[in-house]
Amino acid sequence: MQIFGIPIFPDQASTFARDVDVLYFFILAVCALFATGVAITVIYFGIRYHKTHDGEIGARIEGSLPLELLWSVIPTIIAMVMFGWGATVFYHLRRPPDEAMHIYAVGKQWMWKFQHLEGQREINELHIPAGQPIKVTISSEDVLHSLYFPAFRTKMDAIPGRYTELWFEAQRPGSYHIFCAEYCGTNHSGMIGTVTVLEPAQYQAWLQGGGLEGTLAQRGAKLFNDLACSTCHVDTGQGRGPSLKGIIGTTVDLQSGDTVTVDEAYLRESILNSQAKVVKGFQPLMPTFQGLISEENLVALIEHVKSMSPNASATAAPPTPAPAGGKK
Amino acid sequence: MSNAVVHADIHGQAHAAHHPALRHHFDTMGQQKEAAVIGMWVFLLTEILFFGGLFAAYMVYRVWYFDAFAEASRSLEIFWGALNTAVLIGSSLTMAMAVRGAQTNKRTATINWLILTMLLGCVFLGVKVIEYAEKIEHHHVPGFNYQWAPAHEAAPAAEGVAAEGHRKLSLTPEQLQLMTQIYFSLYFTMTGLHALHMIVGIGLMSVITWMTWKGKFDREYYTPVEMSGLYWHFVDIVWIFLFPLLYLVERHT
Amino acid sequence: MLDKLKIPERHYLNNGHSLASWLLTKDHKRIAIMYLISISVMFFLGGLFAIGIRLELATPQGDFVTADTYNKFFTMHGVIMVFFFLIPSIPAVLGNFLIPPMIGAKDLAFPRINLISLYIYWIGGVFTLYAMIAGGVDTGWTFYTPYSATGSNTNVVPTAVGVFIAGFSSILTGLNFIVTIHRMRAPGMTWFRLPLFVWAHYATSLVQVLGTPVVAITIVMLGVERALGFGIFDPARGGDPVLFQHLFWFYSHPAVYIMILPALGVQSELVSTFSRKTIFGYSFVAFSSLAIAVFGFIVWAHHMFVAGISTYAAMVFSFLSFSVAIPSAVKVFNWTATLYKGAISFETPMLYAYGFLGLFAIGGLTGLFLATLGLDVHVHDTYFVVAHFHYIMVGGAIMGYMGGLHFWWPKMTGRMYSEFFSRVSAIMVFVGFNVTFFPQFVVGYLGMPRRYHSYPDEFQVLNVMSSAGATVLGLGYALPVLYFLWSLRYGAVAGPNPWRASGLEWQMQSPPLTENFVETPIVDTEPYEYEHVVSREKHLV
Repeated sequence: MQIFGIPIFPDQASTFARDVDVLYFFILAVCALFATGVAITVIYFGIRYHKTHDGEIGARIEGSLPLELLWSVIPTIIAMVMFGWGATVFYHLRRPPDEAMHIYAVGKQWMWKFQHLEGQREINELHIPAGQPIKVTISSEDVLHSLYFPAFRTKMDAIPGRYTELWFEAQRPGSYHIFCAEYCGTNHSGMIGTVTVLEPAQYQAWLQGGGLEGTLAQRGAKLFNDLACSTCHVDTGQGRGPSLKGIIGTTVDLQSGDTVTVDEAYLRESILNSQAKVVKGFQPLMPTFQGLISEENLVALIEHVKSMSPNASATAAPPTPAPAGGKK
Repeated sequence: MSNAVVHADIHGQAHAAHHPALRHHFDTMGQQKEAAVIGMWVFLLTEILFFGGLFAAYMVYRVWYFDAFAEASRSLEIFWGALNTAVLIGSSLTMAMAVRGAQTNKRTATINWLILTMLLGCVFLGVKVIEYAEKIEHHHVPGFNYQWAPAHEAAPAAEGVAAEGHRKLSLTPEQLQLMTQIYFSLYFTMTGLHALHMIVGIGLMSVITWMTWKGKFDREYYTPVEMSGLYWHFVDIVWIFLFPLLYLVERHT
Repeated sequence: MLDKLKIPERHYLNNGHSLASWLLTKDHKRIAIMYLISISVMFFLGGLFAIGIRLELATPQGDFVTADTYNKFFTMHGVIMVFFFLIPSIPAVLGNFLIPPMIGAKDLAFPRINLISLYIYWIGGVFTLYAMIAGGVDTGWTFYTPYSATGSNTNVVPTAVGVFIAGFSSILTGLNFIVTIHRMRAPGMTWFRLPLFVWAHYATSLVQVLGTPVVAITIVMLGVERALGFGIFDPARGGDPVLFQHLFWFYSHPAVYIMILPALGVQSELVSTFSRKTIFGYSFVAFSSLAIAVFGFIVWAHHMFVAGISTYAAMVFSFLSFSVAIPSAVKVFNWTATLYKGAISFETPMLYAYGFLGLFAIGGLTGLFLATLGLDVHVHDTYFVVAHFHYIMVGGAIMGYMGGLHFWWPKMTGRMYSEFFSRVSAIMVFVGFNVTFFPQFVVGYLGMPRRYHSYPDEFQVLNVMSSAGATVLGLGYALPVLYFLWSLRYGAVAGPNPWRASGLEWQMQSPPLTENFVETPIVDTEPYEYEHVVSREKHLV
């Protein structure tokens, strides 16, 4: 919801988002009532009982037991209502239905890896069908993270060495934020993504891997960001991985002491088996994408990296045929 | 609080004859002593909460990793632990005697009992050095090439048959390595913290001994001796808890 | 014609001018002044980091500083503000100065321990400042494992050591207050004749003494894990990271009551004095301070509802968390009732008291959202929480501190400050504060997480509002430095009781003698009686 284009209330995208919001408005109403009640009273008293002359003192009123009981008991009752209502909503939030579809999520500095049971893997993106309860089993590879879907109104910490879970059922198609909500180091605020809710039929199609658009290099550019390559392979060279600008055709020194000339084969190998030929001066931190990336996407990525070296030409043909128009 | 400030002269009346140890913000020695006693008990309460956090962590892991904790505990030598327990209880006795000596203004006796207390404290620390050395030798110090291999091996039990009295462990070596490491992390932190308190206690005793020798105490004023005694007893009591918790896990067989 | 007031010839400030007479003093009032200077320095240092944070957050991209630097900013802001400003503030400055005279005593029970606690505070501060200069620390003030134990490569251990040491300053202050209040009360000063400020500090001291040792041992465990490689919280070594959270919050939740209870005590003094009326429901207000202290110890896991605790445990802690709201509500109602048929005036301390009432009420009420399980899942670790605790810590505790400082400044220094500028400052703080923090409730519910260096574009407008408010707030805090310093030289002489307040401290000269009272007072009246004040001080206009 927006006012003058400024968002002031999040989308309600899950079946229990509305329950959470109703509870929220109830508490908001109670609090507004008390806050304005107190504010009006103290302002009124401040005016009505303003000192009129020097030396004036107030009436000697020590207290009133009935009043004390009244304003202890009534807030207690209201608090109990809030507790009970909140506990009920919470119970619902924490009990995935039996028919929930299972997805695995792993938090890792600084990305979210999702795995569908059908085999699809995603990084910082999650595609799910609408109208289907989804149970996400969460873990962490390193430090604490927290998987948060504001539009669904649910979150759960990712704890290393343990599994935790959350569930939701998205109501209608749309794209919503995924955030990491437990501080986890340098790129905590970069550990974000998008959950895309699709119509069930579209979701099936997505599972099949169809519906991709744009040139190979453009797709590669998008993948370069989606797969978080850009977080480490920074152009300035100050990142955790070497800059990829203009590297095609250059010779690089490796950790092992050997050298290698950067071509499509080296790029492919580094993506699928990143520990094999690590550039000297860099830590072997790059995840391997074997099994995480389809052939088409691999080629698209390679084309994108090649496009960062506009004047170089590859010295070796890639193992799979390159589509026309992709090479420069 | 508007009130008539009556010119009470409590301080003036007592001024002529007050004990040299009476601090000027107190009215009487009685008040000063009461303040010291409450203060020391509150301080000991903070120490209970301080050790309490460690004990809480220990209890949590002991419940979760009981079998590994039992194994690790069995690698400690009961002899040294029991000896240290006796030493500390004895030192509490000598400490109580020292307080009694101060109370009855027997300077030499007090000093002797205090020195004895400190000696027993040093014996305790010496035994701990022996124990720690043994642990270091066996690589049972986490973070320093920690390697779990029990120092005392029972004869390997036949498959499915437990050694007499021991439940057969169903933990893998990797699990044992991790879980016993938690035990030893807590062991060293708990006994180390306790030993630190012992060292402070011994230092405190030496100051009290010097003060006694200098004649600072008499029948009306021996509060520092008594308060240090309280502290010493507390350190003793912590050990009374540490000993069974750390040394006596599943030893009943 | 009124007699021209003069600064008394002999007082605690001119009782010795050498550095040694200050650094080796046993006078609780001098110690309080040294604390005042120290925590003020820390406040502005923490404020600098806050400026850095709000500057960065004015734009969605992380373009002002690097992510690592930003993470250090919010960590250092939290560490300094919590451990080196808020926790000492009212107790170490106002409590130290006022508790002995309020109960009719010459000093605290243990003046040398009071001095040592100041030294300990300084030493802790040195370690923490060293950590900052050596490159900072970026774990967040909550030091969650495993990031703090193994993940971060910043100066965790020096910071942890600094906090550990400073904790003992807090413990010793609390210990001193407890013994003092028990044993140093003047004849006739029974428990139920004590000012509510004293009750509040008694309750605070209980929390300091019982809670701080637990965070101390938690820091020790974190320290040995990080520095020696012990395994206690690290899953890779068999440990449980959630155990750290339990141990940490067991102290850090009561810690927030250490921060607010003294301000609640100040509030009672201000509301009573400036409505010239006894506090409505004195015993209820006194006992509510104790209730808050006790209940504060049994709610810690409400910080952990989504940390992996069981649903059952979450329900227990949610239920208990509501219990701690009730005594706070009782206080608010009692202060409101105190105003009824009062004789109210709006000098600066009363402006702060009014501001406190509103902001503490909002802060406390927003705590209800967080105690409510179904809601907390959504707003945990978002800016909603940040707004909630700043309403209480800044809108509550700091306004209480400022109100108290403005109220007792004449007693501490013998001088009045500019009423005009102090009112301007109070209003700037109130307005600036609300503009800074209210939008954070909105952006938090929208889903903006905490500790974010960059954020999605749609959150920008609310963040810009917040940063704009912060500018006004900062100026509002800077102004008192100027007029307080000015008052020391040029301010009107205050005399013993410029506010015509009740309370033994107003029977002393301003500034007070080193020994406070020439003769020990004997108390024979109830607290907050203004008839006697009026009748005794007809000569003051």
